[in-house]
Amino acid sequence: MNKRLVFLTPLAIALGLGLILFTAIGKDPTKLETARLNDPIPSFNLKSLADKSKKFSEKDLIGSVSLLNVWATWCPSCRVEHGYLNALANQGVRIIGLNYKDERLAALTWLERLGNPYEFTIYDPHGKLGFDLGVYGAPETYVVDQYGVVRYRHVGVVDERVWNETLKPIVEKYSTLTSKVQPKLQSKI
Amino acid sequence: MKIQKNGGMLFFLIALAFTSSSLLASIDLYEFSTEENQLRYKELTKELRCPKCQNQDIADSNAPIASDMRREVHRLLEEGQDNRSIVSFMVDRFGEFVSYKPQVKPATYLLWYGPWALLVFGVLIIIVMASRRASNQKTSEKVAQEVKGKNTQDIKDKDKQSAPLDQHEQVEQLLSRFKDD
Repeated sequence: MNKRLVFLTPLAIALGLGLILFTAIGKDPTKLETARLNDPIPSFNLKSLADKSKKFSEKDLIGSVSLLNVWATWCPSCRVEHGYLNALANQGVRIIGLNYKDERLAALTWLERLGNPYEFTIYDPHGKLGFDLGVYGAPETYVVDQYGVVRYRHVGVVDERVWNETLKPIVEKYSTLTSKVQPKLQSKI
Repeated sequence: MKIQKNGGMLFFLIALAFTSSSLLASIDLYEFSTEENQLRYKELTKELRCPKCQNQDIADSNAPIASDMRREVHRLLEEGQDNRSIVSFMVDRFGEFVSYKPQVKPATYLLWYGPWALLVFGVLIIIVMASRRASNQKTSEKVAQEVKGKNTQDIKDKDKQSAPLDQHEQVEQLLSRFKDD
């Protein structure tokens, strides 16, 4: 009886550890947790990319569910996803740009040449809002609900698959959930 | 004329070599109000992990995000924040991942206490096995001692019988060899 216990306990521990480690197989280690998940967008006060005299704050994101897309002209993957963002904007998806650590002129030329999917673009040359959001590599795309709360973050290129499988269900969920989310949020803010 | 041109080229190359090497090294020039702050800066930048190049601390990394984090660490230090609030400032933005010393909370209990639990478990097993072996040895020694008297007598009897025979055989074998030759 006792002897069996001596043999079975290490076996149980090995199996337990094996299970824990097994669940991590195939996970992308470069994908980090989203620290800002279910938190309101950090407050900011930044200029518009298109209009130097205009300023945006976190309040400008409130109103309807939107995608906040972090992009820059120095980021090759941003060019890859840009065409698909244009297509999404044409479908009526609200996309807001966060031009991250970039130069204004280069960014404006880029939008002129490749099309502008953004309702408006926040100009963040020093990556201030990016830092507060926890951006560690462009492109990143956040789903922000109508109350300005971060509901999801996608790191990497947004394409048709990512949109259909991940982002779209979340956007739809928060577009329909209005009355249920509100009371919870008010206590948070 | 030609030599001058080459000389210019050489100077250009040397200058280029120097600029590229200084560009490669990440040089942050920060001024600290106190020496203590400078030491804490070194400590903190070793304790924070770069989110982009995942197995480097931010002191060691050239990634732009690491340099941003160093800048923020410096700013917060000079603002008079303590180490704990600086680390939690980073954790709030980039997640628990960025801290090489994660906080002790239910989600990290396994990480902090798991190795100790395994160690205690291993030591317990060794103690149990050692005590069991010791008790086994004692009983087997007793049995051995009881049997010993009998056995030695048997062996002595065997020796008496077998030894002379063996010698005899050996001599005969040797003799037969000589006969063949």
